[in-house]
Amino acid sequence: MKLPLGTRNTLAEIGDISRFTARFFREWGGPRFEVQEFFRQCYMIGNRSLGLVGITGFILGLVMTIQSRPTMAQFGAEDWIPSMVSVSIIREIGPVVIALICAGKIGSGIGAELGSMKVTEQIDAMEVSGTNPFKYLVVTRVWATTFMVPLLVIFADVVAMYGSYLAVNIRGDTSLALFTQQFVDILAFSDVLPAFIKTFFFGFAIGIIGCYKGYTSNKGTEGVGLAANSAVVVASLMVFILDLLAVQITDLLGLT
Amino acid sequence: MESQQHRTDREVVLDVQHLSISFGDNHVLRDFNLQLYRGENLVVLGKSGSGKSVLIKCIIGLLKPDHGQIRVLGQDVIGMSKEELDRMRTRVGFLFQSNALYDSMTVRENLEFPLRRHGRDKSHSEVEALVMEALTNVGLPHTVDLMPSELSGGMRKRVALARTMILKPEIMLYDEPTTGLDPVTSREINDLILKVQQIYKTSSIIISHDMSSVFQTSNRIAVLIDGRCSAEGNYDQLTRNTDPAVQGFFQ
Repeated sequence: MKLPLGTRNTLAEIGDISRFTARFFREWGGPRFEVQEFFRQCYMIGNRSLGLVGITGFILGLVMTIQSRPTMAQFGAEDWIPSMVSVSIIREIGPVVIALICAGKIGSGIGAELGSMKVTEQIDAMEVSGTNPFKYLVVTRVWATTFMVPLLVIFADVVAMYGSYLAVNIRGDTSLALFTQQFVDILAFSDVLPAFIKTFFFGFAIGIIGCYKGYTSNKGTEGVGLAANSAVVVASLMVFILDLLAVQITDLLGLT
Repeated sequence: MESQQHRTDREVVLDVQHLSISFGDNHVLRDFNLQLYRGENLVVLGKSGSGKSVLIKCIIGLLKPDHGQIRVLGQDVIGMSKEELDRMRTRVGFLFQSNALYDSMTVRENLEFPLRRHGRDKSHSEVEALVMEALTNVGLPHTVDLMPSELSGGMRKRVALARTMILKPEIMLYDEPTTGLDPVTSREINDLILKVQQIYKTSSIIISHDMSSVFQTSNRIAVLIDGRCSAEGNYDQLTRNTDPAVQGFFQ
């Protein structure tokens, strides 16, 4: 039986990404780890996304609160709004939305940067001057996204809380102390930990796919755009797939 | 006259034997042979897509040929380990067609990059001196703190040359050094190639199809047609060649 071309290409792509990931784990650390470049990438990836992630988090909290008010009011449960928003954002919406934003900003950035380096032979030039380009470019970026995305998610969660506080006070009147208490009290360890752990995987996926698309982009300027574009598409899809897996695993472990 | 001089001491520094490489059904090089002698500038002439760049990428170890042997300074490139390749690459410089300057780094950081690995025993002031020496030799010491995007095409080419020369290689491989440059800048780059040959006593392979550059820089020319070295000689000899494929370049 012969598979249709599209299916074959998709399977070949999955195979290539898996091999690329395996190569990452072969070269992930050890001697000649580029420490300085790793910290530079953390700064570039983390710091440069703060504004975008902050605004997204703020709006997320604000909108969630405004949207849930009518339904909650029907049940006379307006007091529960902070708790409900808290659980939805911390457990699910915060990590996923921020990971998607990061896939757009960081994934496309890495894809375009490495893609253009490939096209202009900069990756070959590194190889020729005795620096392993995989270690210098890929390993540092993947570690940087793996550690920075979770931090960005935590930052966004906190900003979302203030957004929610503002929204609660549009119609009602709650002190910040009471609101914060309601927002935090409802959270159990089993809400925070799985959500925190999965963000590492989101970050890893964004990094590895951005790097894969850029590093293996075909020659030509067209390849650069294509690398950036498909990095975002595949990384976003991966975030959802990983989220699906994470939710299933948390459910099986009874952390609900 | 200079070519006459080089003919007297014919020490082979780079020897390519029976090289074949193909990408799918495209047989780029078939049974290609080439020798480079110490101190000479050898131009490899050929049409676009004839496999000239593939040839020098095989020599530097970026591509693996299907068959054949490449000996650089007496060592076999194809069987080399990663470490041996790195060591060989300190003695062989490669000037990329697109310059391959690192966009995210200043000119200084670009020049320091090859020294990260191969000059770790050097102190800060020694590195600084090497950077300035290399930049002065290409006439651009004032650009040291600029970004590559702030430089013109010709300046980028020169900085790329300086970055390659910082390790003082014995063999230079130039991949179409004058492509995309205006005639005046091209001539400056050609002068630099000759200057490099004099100052550093390098032996060079220059990939080109720019005939004025070929005339100016070559001691000897090898013509690559259909994956083989179909003619060889200096500029005057090849202008008298009767093969129509060779004549096509010299008219």
